[in-house]
Parts: sequence; C-alpha cells; structure tokens
Amino acid sequence: MISEDTRQELDPNDTSRLLELADRVVELVKQEDAQLEGDVEANVRVSRTRHGLTRFANSFVHQNVGEDTVTVAITVAVDGRTTSVSTTDVVEESLARLVAEAVTSAQLQPVDPYWPGATPPAGSGEPGNLDPATAGATPDARAQLVKDFVDAGPELRAAGFVDTELEQEAFASTAGHRVAGATSRATIDGIHQTERSAGSAHATSVSLGELDASAAGRLAADRARRSQDFVDIAPGTYEVVLGPEAVATVLTFLAVYGFNAKSHLEGGSFAELGEQQFDPAITILADPTDPRRIGLPFDAEGTPRGRFALVEDGVTRQLAHDRRTAGRADARSTGNAIPGGEGIGPVPTDVRMPPGSSAPQEMIGRVKRGLLVTEFHYVRILDPKSTVATGLTRNGTFLIEDGEVNGAVGNLRFTQGFVEALGDGAVLAVGDDDRYADGEFGAGMVICPSLHLAGWNFTGGAQG
Amino acid sequence: MRDAGDEMFDYARDAVEGALAAGASYADARVVLRREQRIGAQDGEVETVRYAENVGVGVRALVGSSWGFASTSELTDVAAGRAGNEATATAKASALVAGSGLQLADVTVAQDHYETPHQEDPFEVPLDAKVDVVVGATRTMSQVEGVAVATAQLMFWDTDKWFVSSQGHRIHQHLVESGCGMDATAIGEQETQRRSYPQSFGHVGTGGYEIVRGFDLPGNAQRVAEEAVQLLSADPCPSGELDVILGSSQLALQIHESVGHAIELDRILGWEAAFAGTSFLELEQLGRLRYGSELMNITADATIPGALATFGYDDEGTPAQAVDIVRDGVWVGVLSGRDSAHLAGLPPGGMVRADGFNRLPMVRMTNVGLQPGDSSMDEIVAETRHGVIMDTNRSWSIDDRRLNFQFGCEMGWEVVDGERTRMVKNPTYTGITPQFWASMDMLAGGDEWFPWGVPNCGKGQPMQVGHTGHPAAPARFRNVRVGVKG
Repeated sequence: MISEDTRQELDPNDTSRLLELADRVVELVKQEDAQLEGDVEANVRVSRTRHGLTRFANSFVHQNVGEDTVTVAITVAVDGRTTSVSTTDVVEESLARLVAEAVTSAQLQPVDPYWPGATPPAGSGEPGNLDPATAGATPDARAQLVKDFVDAGPELRAAGFVDTELEQEAFASTAGHRVAGATSRATIDGIHQTERSAGSAHATSVSLGELDASAAGRLAADRARRSQDFVDIAPGTYEVVLGPEAVATVLTFLAVYGFNAKSHLEGGSFAELGEQQFDPAITILADPTDPRRIGLPFDAEGTPRGRFALVEDGVTRQLAHDRRTAGRADARSTGNAIPGGEGIGPVPTDVRMPPGSSAPQEMIGRVKRGLLVTEFHYVRILDPKSTVATGLTRNGTFLIEDGEVNGAVGNLRFTQGFVEALGDGAVLAVGDDDRYADGEFGAGMVICPSLHLAGWNFTGGAQG
Repeated sequence: MRDAGDEMFDYARDAVEGALAAGASYADARVVLRREQRIGAQDGEVETVRYAENVGVGVRALVGSSWGFASTSELTDVAAGRAGNEATATAKASALVAGSGLQLADVTVAQDHYETPHQEDPFEVPLDAKVDVVVGATRTMSQVEGVAVATAQLMFWDTDKWFVSSQGHRIHQHLVESGCGMDATAIGEQETQRRSYPQSFGHVGTGGYEIVRGFDLPGNAQRVAEEAVQLLSADPCPSGELDVILGSSQLALQIHESVGHAIELDRILGWEAAFAGTSFLELEQLGRLRYGSELMNITADATIPGALATFGYDDEGTPAQAVDIVRDGVWVGVLSGRDSAHLAGLPPGGMVRADGFNRLPMVRMTNVGLQPGDSSMDEIVAETRHGVIMDTNRSWSIDDRRLNFQFGCEMGWEVVDGERTRMVKNPTYTGITPQFWASMDMLAGGDEWFPWGVPNCGKGQPMQVGHTGHPAAPARFRNVRVGVKG
C-alpha cells in the first residue's frame, strides 16, 4: 500500500516519499505505454497539504479546522491527445485503475494542439522557504495568537483567522524530470468592530513565530475606533494613498488579466511589450528570490520559477508563460503554470512591487485633499482588456486634508481602470512599507508597498 | 451481506466514536466520494478533459463554543478514528478564547437514502460524444467573423455521502449534477465583448445528461457568436435613472447577492464578519422589515426538482425543506443550521453544507428564488416608457453588508414607448438592496420562470465553493441608476 508510507508523520523538509509516489505513477504510465502502439507521456504531481485554521468571530473561536490531504494529479498524453485526472485515493490499485482510465480517455480525444510534451529535465529552481515549527503548529499555538489579537481591543468585537500551512509537492514526468519542494505559511487576518465601523490588520510570513498578533490587533482596533464617527462624502475623483492590501488587489488583477500570456495571445490583454504603459515609478516583478517569499520552487508543469520583470520603470517587459503558451509564442516558460491552467492560462506568482523611498506618513503629508484607503472589497472586472473594475473600500477609509488624516469616511464604491490609475504621471510616490499584503484573493501572494496616486474614481457611497 | 456503503458508514462511525472518546459533546462525520468531470473546448479544439476523484472523511466535534473539524483522505478505521480525535482536540484548543456554549436545535434523527432523480448518467455518456458537443459549438462560434475566442464547457458531479452522527443519524445520499455553458468573445480596439449561453459560467442543475441535451449548445452557437460581434458596434448603454427590466438569469444573480447572502444567519450573527461580511438585516427586524414590494415572495426550497441545490438532507442530517424568506415584501425567514437556529430561537432550515469531505459544513443557500408573478416579458416591455432590458451577468460587486450593489450585464436593449429598440453594450446598474426591491412593479409568470444554478459561490475560510439555485422570471424595477461609468 502506497498510502501508509505516504501519510506517516513526515519531516516537513522530507519530500522523498511524495517523490517516490510520483515515480511510481510514472512507472504505471510507462506500463500502459508498453502495451500500446502509441506514445504515452505524462506529467505527475503529488501534493500534500497540511492546513490548520482557527477562525474567530464576536471575539471568540467558533470554527477550528484541520486538513491533511494527499492528491495525485496526472496529465496523460497519447500521441498528443491529452486528459487530466486527479485523486485523493493513493492506494496502488486505485492509481493503476486511474492511470489506465486516463490513457483510455486520452485515446478518445482529438489531438491537443498546444500540448508541449512531458516536461523534460529542467533543474530545480529557487528552494522553497520552510519553517518546520510552522509546519507542525498546533491548534493551541494558533489560539494563543487569536487571544493576543482579541485582547488588543477588549471593548470591541474581533473576527478573523489565524492559519498555518505546510505544502509539499513532488513532480515527475515520463521525460525524466524530477523535482520536489516544500513551503510553509502562517497568516493572521482580522478585524475589530465597533457598532458602526471596522478596522483590519494583516500579517503573513513563512514563520508563525514572526507574526505579532498583538500589534495586528492594536492596529485593527485603532482603525476601527478612528472610523467610528465616519462621515459620508460626495463621490468623485480623489487623490489617494492606497495601503498595501489595496495595492495587492490591483496587482492581482493586472497579473491575472494582463500579464497572462494566454490572454495576450488571444488579444484580451492590455500588455504591449516594450511600451511605457505605467508611470516610471512602477516596477512589478515575479520574484521567487525574495527572502520573505512563500511558495514552491516550481510550477504545475515542474518548470522552475525564476525572477523576471513584468514591468520595469513603467515599461511592460515580460508576460508570464507556461509551456503551452511558450510553445505558441515561441518563448520560454517562466514557471507560471497553474493547476488546470489550460483554460485560464499562466498567472504570475511571487508578484512583488519593490519599495520606494516614501514613508506612508510622508505620502499623506503631501496630500491636499484625498483619501487613505486601507483595503478594497469585492472587486470585479468590468472590462478585462482595459482592466476597468468596480469594488468598494472596507475596514478603514480616511479623509486626508492639508496633509493630515482628518477623520474617517463611509465606505465608497469605485469604478476605475487599473492600468490608467498607475499610468505615466499618475503615481506620485511609492511607499517604503513593502510586505506581504493580503488582497481579497488570499494571503501570501503579493509583496508590495503603499502607493500615492493622483486620482481614483469613486462613484458612490456604500450606503447609497 | 455488507456492501461498499456499509464500509463507508463504518469509517464515518469510527470518526464519530474517535471524537466522542476524546470528549466531544456531539460529533458527526461524512465520508464523501465525489467524482467530477469537466470537458472544455476552445475555437474548435478540445482544451480540457479533466476528471477528479476526491474521497475521504471529515468529522465535526462540538466542545463548548467551538466546532473542531478534522479530515483525512486516508480511508482506514485507524485514520478515521484519529481524525475524530483530532477534531475534538482542535475544538478544545478553542477554550483559550471561548464564548457561550453552542447548542443544536432538535431535528428528526433519520436513517435514510436519497438519490437525485436523473434519466441519463452523465458519466456513462461516451466521452467522445461529449467532446463533440463542445468542439462543434466552439467551431461554429469561431467561424463567425469577428469572434476572437470561443469556449464551451460541460461539467458533471457525482457525489456519494455517508453521514453518521452521535445522535443516531445514518444517511446515504447520491447526488448527480450536470451543466453546460459556452461563450464567444469579440475583441475591439480597446474593449472586449462577450456573449454566453445559457448564462455566465453556464447553467448547472441536479439531474443527468438530459440537462445538457436540453440546452442544445450547437444549435445556439451561431446566434451567441453573432451577438458578441454585434456588441462591439452597439451604442453604449444610456446613463441616468431609468426603468430596468432584468432577464431571469440576471435576476437570479441579483437574488443570490442581495437576498441570498443577506439572509444567511451566520452572517447576521457576525460569524462571517471578517471575510464575506455581515448583513444589513438584524434579527429583531424579522417579520417586520420591508424587503421589497408586495410582488416580492422569496422561498428557500431545497426540494425543487432539477434545481441545483436540491437534495434529501443537508450535511447535518436535517431534511430538505421549503422555507419562506420574504412574503409579500416582508422579511420572514433566514438560512440556518442547527447551531445558528438554536441561538436565534428559530427552527433549523436544513441549509448547512460543505464543499467536499475536507471542509467544515456551513450555512449555504439552497434554492433561494423568487416566486413567479402574473405578467410576461412582452407585457413588461409594452408597459415601459423608457428603460433598458439587461440580460446575462458580466460583473457583480456588492458591499460587505449586502446593501450597495453594482452589476454589469453582457447585453442590453433600450426600450422606448413600449418597444424594444436598439442593442446597447456595457449595461450596468447600481442600487441599494431594499430600495431596489421596493421598486419591482412587474414580474413575469411561470412560463418564463427558471431555476438557474450558480455553481461557483465562494464563502468561508478555508474557501468553499457552493452550488446554489435561484429560480426567477423577468421583472421590472423602476427608476434605477443605469450606465455608471468609470
């Protein structure tokens, strides 16, 4: 039985059993190949997720969950006809059945025009950052951080989560590529609430021990208290200072819709390589070399992730490619394949906007009249090509007048083109406060600072 | 003679016993085997043939004020018992930041079996036949001049659940869900226009392959593609305060976002405050608050044949049922589970479900839909002096209390003096939930009522994707802010 070996308590750094399982599945594919006249290829991923999440609301823990799941995902090609299968059942006979079914299924398909072949040997990429203590964190350890966060606002209502995750993955292909890696992540994400307002704070790290839940709780409580007596303001275009969480949301949309090579090949991306599409102050990297980085060394096709500039000094430089789009565009994969990415296309990971030289307070000090936005909520694209999106502010929106924060305002809805907002001349300053910022689509994805922008188009108040 | 189902019940029982032995006051467990198939094509070529099989056991243990939950994809008696033990230990860790103890509302303890009525097992339909549908439809769309990208998808789920609780539940369910969708994208100089069918993201219902056959993707491909191209040269949607006539699939999403999430009791109680948000509704307003006009009658009904959120029992073992949510415009009901219902002093609604074995069951929408009216789309248009028909969702955004929304649709038609006139592009509308629903003054009847399925409702941490249903018919809303621009 493969399963007993695979699931034993593991050294978080030890991915050998997962790699053995991937090798075994490759062998099963080769056995099928020996029985067929056609050429059978396969890419095999074996991943193990150990995730614990402690969730709190109304200042107490109400949900506390743990997961330990091993998943085997196989892409099979028979003479270029592909199919993908996955399972959490890693017993040998189940895997043999699944491989046989996948080969049968693939034979029934038309030729996949963009199948790039099984991944050949390609090196191992930047090693994943892993903190063993975080990988093995207990519910008690997470509860202590929750308590620290809650205690920072005793008269307020707190809600949020603390979670810890170990992600291990092994990749093997019939073309001989073998690679494995592991990474850990810990996040605290919470709000404090008054009767009329809420304030948030976020922190993410490879290591649970680096999270300061008390500091996060104090920041969230401060934002909530300062928002208690908010006033509604008229919609319009305001100069803004966007906090890192708000910036992370913007960068995520640019990454998914713009720097995605499949979108670009299909004419749906704004990106024009070599063109000055952003303010010279803007540089956006895919950077797995950052020491704070959370993530695996390779992508879903086993391609090592490397550092490259998506935007450099305002000039669009590079798109994210997987092996499918690289083949179509006569380019090289940048290691940005995602699971199930045939439809969505490659998406940049390890997105990082390097810091500027302005402290957030300095940026605020330069604003005559504008808004300080902590984060955005429920942002959705209106036009993918121009990256015009709508959404709302949340958890702390403040009025800036004559260089000082002058009270809070009610949440506002915006409709704004993101490329336009970061366009030439529109970026007044880049903050020096870069860190992992948790945009609304998840933690541990984007490292970025605050931004001071010339204009942001607010179309109405959240209350009507 | 024992069958495979008995073995699965045994694993669930092992998990429950593990949790109780560790000190839980209550425990339940689900062994879930979910098979999923997705077949996608783009521009006349197959793009994705994907099959996923997820199996494992998830166990929930109640200790004091917290649920502990643990799951494993290893199906052995030892692993199941260990997961039960871990669920209780996890719940106990919560005591450091404890609240008042949770209790469960009483429900009938059932031992039962339920299966989705279906005619044609989608997993038994030959794969090449399914591929032909999406390849053919996308080939037709991509041959229309001006279409840049054409995609089509089929999606199927086959789920077995074996549920056991420490109170004696023993329920097996076999759920079958099928769906399909396609879209054509035309790309202009600075814009993209998209048309999809039968709605954005496709439609999914409970049932077999007969659902796919009923929508006839190949037969609609030409029209859908031509409409996408036409949109590039259409006039922009007018701006201002106009009457809005929503097609049924857009109204389904309107219900989902501005009613369905707002009436979730866990949101009302603040349990989702940090992520999904809360609700503008307060429990003391139940039975008194005017949610909309007297035409507004909303029911959460998990028994509608063919609707996506139709089942026998929820993931707490509570029977599927129909619950009044809004009656004659007045808010009268919520979506609840056993714990939230007990806290609120309400009967449990059977609305707690999980996204697979490795997720904690939580309050989810069932088929939250609008009861049909007595008008028709033709009558509504004829009665409208100046308005915009909007159909098929393109974008959606709403604030964390479910008050302020902005929706964009794929396509619109201006209505002038009772006549449908020019096509307009980028139609958007925005509003405040109770004001918007109060403006509904015409509602189409049963012939145009359809139980649309939404297969991608995100909620919870870790994130769960829920399958919800939203029956709706076309309706008119007066003096709505239309054509919001960036």
